[in-house]
Amino acid sequence: MAALRPSTLVERGRTLLASRPLGRTNAAVRLGGAIAGVLVVFALVGPSVSPYDPTAQLLEARLEGPSLAHPLGTDALGRDIATRLAYGARVSLALAVAATLVRLVIGTTVGLLAATGGRLVDTVLMRLVDVQLAFPGLVLALVIAGVLGPSLRNVVIALSLVGWASYARVVRGSVLSIRERPFVRSAKLHGTPWHRLVRRHLLPHLVSPVLVLATLNVGTVVLAVAGLSYLGLGAQPPTPEWGTMIANGRNYLRAAPWIVTAPGVAIMLTVISFNLLGDGLRDALDPDHLEDRQRRRT
Amino acid sequence: MLRPLLARLGSLSAVLVGVSMVTYGFVFLTPGDPAYTILREQRQSPPSESEVAAFRAEHGLDEPFLVQYSAWLTDALRGDLGMSYYQSEPVTSLVLAHLPNTLELALAATVVSLLLAVPTGVISAVHRDTWIDRTSQLVALLGVSMPNFWLGYLLILVVSLWLGLTPVGGAGTLAHLVLPAITLGTGMAAIVTRLVRASMLEVLEEAYVDTARSKGVRERLVVYKHALRNALIPVVTIVGLQFGFIINGAVVVEGVFQRPGLGTLLVDAVFARDYPIVQGVVLVTAVAFVLTNQLVDLAYVALDPRVDRGDRS
Repeated sequence: MAALRPSTLVERGRTLLASRPLGRTNAAVRLGGAIAGVLVVFALVGPSVSPYDPTAQLLEARLEGPSLAHPLGTDALGRDIATRLAYGARVSLALAVAATLVRLVIGTTVGLLAATGGRLVDTVLMRLVDVQLAFPGLVLALVIAGVLGPSLRNVVIALSLVGWASYARVVRGSVLSIRERPFVRSAKLHGTPWHRLVRRHLLPHLVSPVLVLATLNVGTVVLAVAGLSYLGLGAQPPTPEWGTMIANGRNYLRAAPWIVTAPGVAIMLTVISFNLLGDGLRDALDPDHLEDRQRRRT
Repeated sequence: MLRPLLARLGSLSAVLVGVSMVTYGFVFLTPGDPAYTILREQRQSPPSESEVAAFRAEHGLDEPFLVQYSAWLTDALRGDLGMSYYQSEPVTSLVLAHLPNTLELALAATVVSLLLAVPTGVISAVHRDTWIDRTSQLVALLGVSMPNFWLGYLLILVVSLWLGLTPVGGAGTLAHLVLPAITLGTGMAAIVTRLVRASMLEVLEEAYVDTARSKGVRERLVVYKHALRNALIPVVTIVGLQFGFIINGAVVVEGVFQRPGLGTLLVDAVFARDYPIVQGVVLVTAVAFVLTNQLVDLAYVALDPRVDRGDRS
């Protein structure tokens, strides 16, 4: 069976080269990657470079506009916004990646079980997926996080319980589309055990679609974390977090518009970078999607 | 024709039962004993044993899950969503009182999004891969990437505080509605723009468009009469699906503009642990969401005869 794998790789390589406006796709991916890279460096290095403590209150320096000492100004408690932004980047990126990973694992498992576990398992699991998708996502996450109690951990739990269904659908669909292909059938005929079938023959085909979905998903999760924190369910003061920073600045809109502006721009850049990366990855990695588009065009 | 319809009704009712169970089951996620936690947060001090027992008995929380759930569901089916823990008012009338503001916002946001998205999407498709196309796609990307509450505050800052054109918050007049509708409509517009563009590109390559051109129909007429009509079919359905987007957005945006609506009702109830309200609002929105999706599916079949009428699960 291993002999079949290089040929699929070649196939994939060919689609990769054939993916149409190559220059543009690459430009988008490069831009997305560059923004993401800057953000990661900002999150990793920013806190140790900054001379300020993100939570120490300096009341004589409150509501100061951008200056050399405070490039993005200070908030109502005199805290340096650039410093809080850097610490907040750690929180946002870590939470978004964590929630996305949990979604991915739950969704992939459910999708695999549904596609390979027989009719009854499939029906039950896919109804479960339908039920999850029946709720507007943020509403469900808001309620779960609220009932569990406000904390960052509970926001991750809530967002993980909410977003897995689309992974399950994608994984189930991909497995169903390759289930009858000769290499899977012959592996089954050879009596390959389930876990081996999944690991050797199915998972390699799921990497691309799941990776694309996950990359696009990180942006959505960043927005959701910020939204829930803005409402008061996520990070609790004085933890620096982007959504909370916007909530803190809302009473000083006129006097100090920079408090609200800076974290909003940070959230937007993060979401843009993951959207660009995800779109680019899809064009480059996901032959199904390309084929689908080409088929529809003819 | 009948069998797929029955199958659809079957899975629809299965989903609705699941939805109601999840909605009712939230309470049991409460850390510790729900009655104790609710009372403690309500009075900011630990309640006594007997108070907890009385609260449980009053709200039926001492029954087993299935008994509680079926009692709640039977009432809900009759339109009775229970009583709020703290406001001495039935949840149904609270929901009905807050619904009009949210519907008004939803409608206005949809109008804003279509006004922005349809022209942009069409122009993008017609000028495919030019700077016009790229700019509008970039703007759409900015639109989906902005946190809506942030956009709301920026609009308040510029339009209400600096220019003094609209009130900062509240509800009731058209002036109150403009900024929330733009805030919510922008995110939606970004998604709809992408869809209009893709759909338009597809339609422009159809044979009948070439036929129209070869008959000497003016290009403007080809685009806006022949192509646009068909390109809008999938857009109709996505606008229906945006219902979920609107409810998610209302939760946050209504708070930004201090509009009393389903979103603010839900958020306040979540923080107060007023579970009957939480369950009521979640049930109403989820059921409405599921039914909208079904109607959209049916509308799609009705609008586009090419779609397979069989069960497409």
